[in-house]
Amino acid sequence: MRIEKKYTPPAEPDLTPMIDMTFQLIAFFMVLINFSQSEQNDKVVLPTSELAKPADTPLEFPIIVHLTNTGSVVIGGDEVSIEAMRSRLAPELSLLKLEGKTAADANIIIRGHGGVPGGRVQELISKCQDLGFQNFALRVKEEI
Amino acid sequence: MKFRHKSSQQDKTELSMTSMIDIVFLLLVFFVMTFKISAQEGDFNIKMPQDGEGQADNTQLPLKLRLKADPAGNIQEIVLNDSQSFGTNWEQLRGYIVQLVGDQTGPTDDEGPEVEIDLDYNLQYVHVIEAITSVTGYRSGNDVVRLIDRIKFAKQRK
Repeated sequence: MRIEKKYTPPAEPDLTPMIDMTFQLIAFFMVLINFSQSEQNDKVVLPTSELAKPADTPLEFPIIVHLTNTGSVVIGGDEVSIEAMRSRLAPELSLLKLEGKTAADANIIIRGHGGVPGGRVQELISKCQDLGFQNFALRVKEEI
Repeated sequence: MKFRHKSSQQDKTELSMTSMIDIVFLLLVFFVMTFKISAQEGDFNIKMPQDGEGQADNTQLPLKLRLKADPAGNIQEIVLNDSQSFGTNWEQLRGYIVQLVGDQTGPTDDEGPEVEIDLDYNLQYVHVIEAITSVTGYRSGNDVVRLIDRIKFAKQRK
């Protein structure tokens, strides 16, 4: 008997659902990713508060100051002592001047480590007050 | 003239998905690896101009909160107006503030009573935030009931 050879096409899996799902996952992670690494510091563990809620409107001219567990201050990636803050904040003050504003218009966001002495935070605020800053925001993490 | 039809098999052009899937998976791995779940952050706003320049308390409620620390930097005693002691109980302090200012309508930024926090130098910052949380408000379900928004620090103790 003669057996006729049938042509069988190679089995191809349908990749459409997998690609759909993968794109959805990528979209999900892209939306949630947080690139604001400048606002984070490894040496700072923020204290928590049940009242912590992101502000409705962003603060005007924010200057983020990290107060680390060693008591030093980190501004824009530069670690300095509280005593040396004046020189580190000079460029920010010049920038404010260029925009026709004063230090009183800026907001100092203090990201203090929970374990540092409260007096150290007062020192930091006092140094900023000497430079003319008067608006401060104590940043805390939401209590979960 | 006779046209020779090509077989349909030859007509079919296949799109190679391999490279695209490679890149898509690379992107996916990148996003998964860099993904970081972090809790929300919020601010307690404090307006503290140089001595004597601030707006005076326009209410008849002078609130001076004294926070005493033990040598380890933990809270030892909470005293309000040099007379009322709450031990180390923040809830009691909050209850007292609620009685004092009421919680019907929250204060606005520039009015309402002001709390001056006077703390020992070595008191851990986490306790300072607990004090600010206690006087600022409390959570009622999903809503935040505001009590006192104006906070300032007393002169630093050494």
